[in-house]
Amino acid sequence: MLRALKSFGAFWYDFVIGDDWHVAVIVVAALGLTALLAHVAHVSAWWLVPLAAFAALAWSLYRATASRS
Amino acid sequence: MTALPLILTVFVACAVEAIEALTIVLAAGLTRQWRSTFQGMAAALVVLAAVVGVLGPTITLLPLGALRLVVGALLAIFGLQWLRKAILRATGHKALHDEASAYLREVAAAKAAPQVAKGRVSDWYAFTLSFKGVLLEGLEVVFIVITFGDNQRNLGAAVIGAAIAVVVVTVTGIAVRAPLAKVPENAMKFAVGIILTSFGSFWGAEGAGVTWPGGDAALLVIVPVVAVVCLSYVAWLRRYRPAASLGQQTPATEGVTG
Repeated sequence: MLRALKSFGAFWYDFVIGDDWHVAVIVVAALGLTALLAHVAHVSAWWLVPLAAFAALAWSLYRATASRS
Repeated sequence: MTALPLILTVFVACAVEAIEALTIVLAAGLTRQWRSTFQGMAAALVVLAAVVGVLGPTITLLPLGALRLVVGALLAIFGLQWLRKAILRATGHKALHDEASAYLREVAAAKAAPQVAKGRVSDWYAFTLSFKGVLLEGLEVVFIVITFGDNQRNLGAAVIGAAIAVVVVTVTGIAVRAPLAKVPENAMKFAVGIILTSFGSFWGAEGAGVTWPGGDAALLVIVPVVAVVCLSYVAWLRRYRPAASLGQQTPATEGVTG
């Protein structure tokens, strides 16, 4: 039972998060910060999520290629 | 987004997944037994239909803001995953997903496995191989259909795009009776990654409370900007290609910038 639950969890982790969990953390953090800015400081930071996505991808690519070379 | 771009977006995204599922089904059917392969495929399709039937209407009940925040985050994460893989493959840092060699690997494994009957299934190996392949690739199709369809409040158009993709790939696969190795799968994955990331960022930020300059028209800027940034990453990584692929005219250099 525990094994089945573990493999079920591992499947969904791999399906949603994928090879690099840092990317997911950065995207979620950027969305959280955007919501905070919008609702608390009343700033429409539309640029924040795309910038965070570009940074997350660059960083992830750098880590993947640096570890191979 | 009107229905046509939605249908086209879902079509391209789902075609990539359908090609991968087709490779597995062909390997099981041609080397083992078609009857058990079709049984596995049908069982997976029933599970997928149940997932769509339960999740589709349930997600529609969520308020649009919350839906866009959650779905935007998932799409952006998913899209960035696809872009990461596609860029690494296009620049020679990761082997291309080669349907021909994937097919040969599946065929070799299928030939080596013993034939075991269980219940009404006469070849359990062919059944499970086909079931797993269709279910796993199908879940990605379901994810794309539900997120795009629900966000645009047009699940029907998304289902049409996915259905056309599955039918086109299946008919082509039956016609050629071989994996669709000539399809530029990495370039398609790259394009879909750009779309998923763009829409994910757009919807996610909107769900977080942002008002985009120009409203929905902002997507006309976001998509090309994401594409340009990703192409610049491809150019950047090609300068640092691993030693093993230097000097080789491998297919890894194909697929994104041509």
